[in-house]
Amino acid sequence: MQCKKPHSYKGSMRRRPQIGLIVLIVAMVCSVSSFAAPPTKDVNTTGLAVDDKTVKVGILHSVTGTMAISETGSVQAEKLAIEQINDMGGVLGRKIEFIQEDGASDWPTFAEKSKKLLVSDKVAAVFGCWTSASRKAVLPVFEQYNGMLYYPTFYEGLEQSPNVIYTGQEATQQIIAGIDWVVKNKGAKKFFLLGSDYIWPRTSNKIARKHIEKLGLKVVGEEYYPLGHTQFNSVINKIKLKKPDVLYAIVVGGSNVAFYKQLKAAGIDMTKEKPLVLTISVTEDEILGIGGENIVGAYAAMKYFQSLTNDNNKAFVEAFKKRWGKDIVIGDVTQAAYLGPWLWKAAVEKAGSFDIDKIRTASPGIELKTAPEGYVRIHPNHHLWSKTRIGHAKSDGQYKIVYETAELIEPDPFPKGYQ
Amino acid sequence: MFADYTLNELTSIFAMQGFAGLILFSIFVLMALGLAIIFGQMGVINMAHGEFMILGAYITYLSSTVVSEYLPGLFNVYFFIAMILAFVVTFALGALVEWAMIRHLYRRPLDTLLATWGLSLILQQLYRTVFGAREVGVSLPDWMMGSYAITDMIEVPINGIFVMVLTLIITLAVYLMMQKSSLGKQTRAVVQNRQMAGAVGIDTEKVDRYTFGIGCGIAGVAGSAFTMIGSTGPTAGQLYIVDTFLVVVFGGASSLIGTVASAFTISQAQSTMEFFLSGSMAKVLTLLTVVGILMLRPQGLFSLKIRR
Repeated sequence: MQCKKPHSYKGSMRRRPQIGLIVLIVAMVCSVSSFAAPPTKDVNTTGLAVDDKTVKVGILHSVTGTMAISETGSVQAEKLAIEQINDMGGVLGRKIEFIQEDGASDWPTFAEKSKKLLVSDKVAAVFGCWTSASRKAVLPVFEQYNGMLYYPTFYEGLEQSPNVIYTGQEATQQIIAGIDWVVKNKGAKKFFLLGSDYIWPRTSNKIARKHIEKLGLKVVGEEYYPLGHTQFNSVINKIKLKKPDVLYAIVVGGSNVAFYKQLKAAGIDMTKEKPLVLTISVTEDEILGIGGENIVGAYAAMKYFQSLTNDNNKAFVEAFKKRWGKDIVIGDVTQAAYLGPWLWKAAVEKAGSFDIDKIRTASPGIELKTAPEGYVRIHPNHHLWSKTRIGHAKSDGQYKIVYETAELIEPDPFPKGYQ
Repeated sequence: MFADYTLNELTSIFAMQGFAGLILFSIFVLMALGLAIIFGQMGVINMAHGEFMILGAYITYLSSTVVSEYLPGLFNVYFFIAMILAFVVTFALGALVEWAMIRHLYRRPLDTLLATWGLSLILQQLYRTVFGAREVGVSLPDWMMGSYAITDMIEVPINGIFVMVLTLIITLAVYLMMQKSSLGKQTRAVVQNRQMAGAVGIDTEKVDRYTFGIGCGIAGVAGSAFTMIGSTGPTAGQLYIVDTFLVVVFGGASSLIGTVASAFTISQAQSTMEFFLSGSMAKVLTLLTVVGILMLRPQGLFSLKIRR
């Protein structure tokens, strides 16, 4: 669909007879561009690594260290997207070449590598980062050297940089729809909020608590455990004592596995929904480590599940498995990472240039009809409009989608009344 | 906070909380025992302890995969075979590491710290290369999951009971070995006076190798058991290492009784505080208390009274 873009542009111009001359010129440019790429000096006025045949981009994720567990999927998705774009002829007639750097799960390393990508490699865009900490570390570098980062993870919001496009959901998109759903469909009245102790779970639970209280319902407990905590028996007893209707869990990393295994061992059968477990931190990727039999019956609220049945997603899952192996699973963030190169390509083509400033101006309003999650559009605040879905965990490690918001949810990184 | 509950509910919650504390205690002992043997008897700070545990966990993972593939009939009992395998493999790797690396560094404790830390990084990357960066899910037989209901309200996790029994057996075995077996007697002799032990004909190098191997082997069994309650990934060993050192140092490095006492104190304090306060706060208070006591009593709770 991306190839046809210049022609549909031409078509829309034709409907205005008073500018027929321009139409003619545009038509000529378009027909030229389909045979030869536009000259480099026109599409690259700021000295990026673009020549007549190729354009260089960066991939910056952790492939070593603790975060490698999570970031591997994103790297695979970004490489797949780049290969598919190249198979379709590249961007503005140029093949994409990527330079991959390893952030090594260490935030200063992320900053250093991003500087290398922007200053010495002069890449036209960077797809990368996963944790908020790594994003915060590279942010000053991207703003100083005017780079463009496509960031895939769902995160806590409270940020909007001219140099970042956020392809995951910000917190309100994920949280409010999920809570509304359990309240409406499961009659939930009492909530217990649980999280790992850092910025994302804390900010998310703050939004959740405000929303629950706005609905006139009750939060009976709110608890945080250090990252990497492996013993949850005490808090599970506390949950049993407080008898919440919903256990809202934002536990991450290795703690996740320990938490769900111990929850099951403590006799809490999640399929009985007493309490109902609702999480925003367990994608299909995490279930691999937890084991499907240990989390069956829990609900997750996020924008993408591998089991989505639309045609885009069927093609995406098939291509992903063909490229990376048939046993692989695809989580929410992996899909969001896959959007990055496509959104960048659409922005470059709309701007007719690789210049960062022109991409920034062109980005708001860009839509992607081929996204595996369905249709997405970039909001002027650099986040994506997206739907939120509720998945019900099955013992085979996949989610069954039980609900989907009717409309796209507007991203609102600075939600009024939730801070 | 208890006004809204009936007496019955409160009793059962406190009973379950008591079990939670005991389970945490068993886990701490199991984690720390291997380290305590190595640190206490040889003075080597083994920073790769967590990675030896994870090696045990990966062996359990491999056994579960192999058994469910080729011998599905044995799946209900494979866990015991996996634990024995885990011990054998980690023991062998431990002995190899001692022979190749540690024995050259005995008089340089800070260097062993650095060398074993390097080893931990190498092992982590090795696991990542072999098993992939993602965590692996170890499937367990059904009888090991779920909980045992003592009354309507009181439920005890079966894997917790399993860990408790295992800890009891291993602690007893280590105790008997140290007190009764000839290897144990030789080890204690070497700890108390290496030159004299050598002079009376004890092969101190062999004793060192076995001690290090046994410490690592116990770590492997612990790692195998922890697949029931925690994650198995290349860096999961790091999740346990801080608590492990805390227990060993607090207990007094060269005393197994000290390790047990310290595990009991820390686990009870932590599990009680976790119930009444938040998780992070409980951790902060536990660490502060331990630091405070160590300032007053740097040698830890228990220490050997011997002439150096």
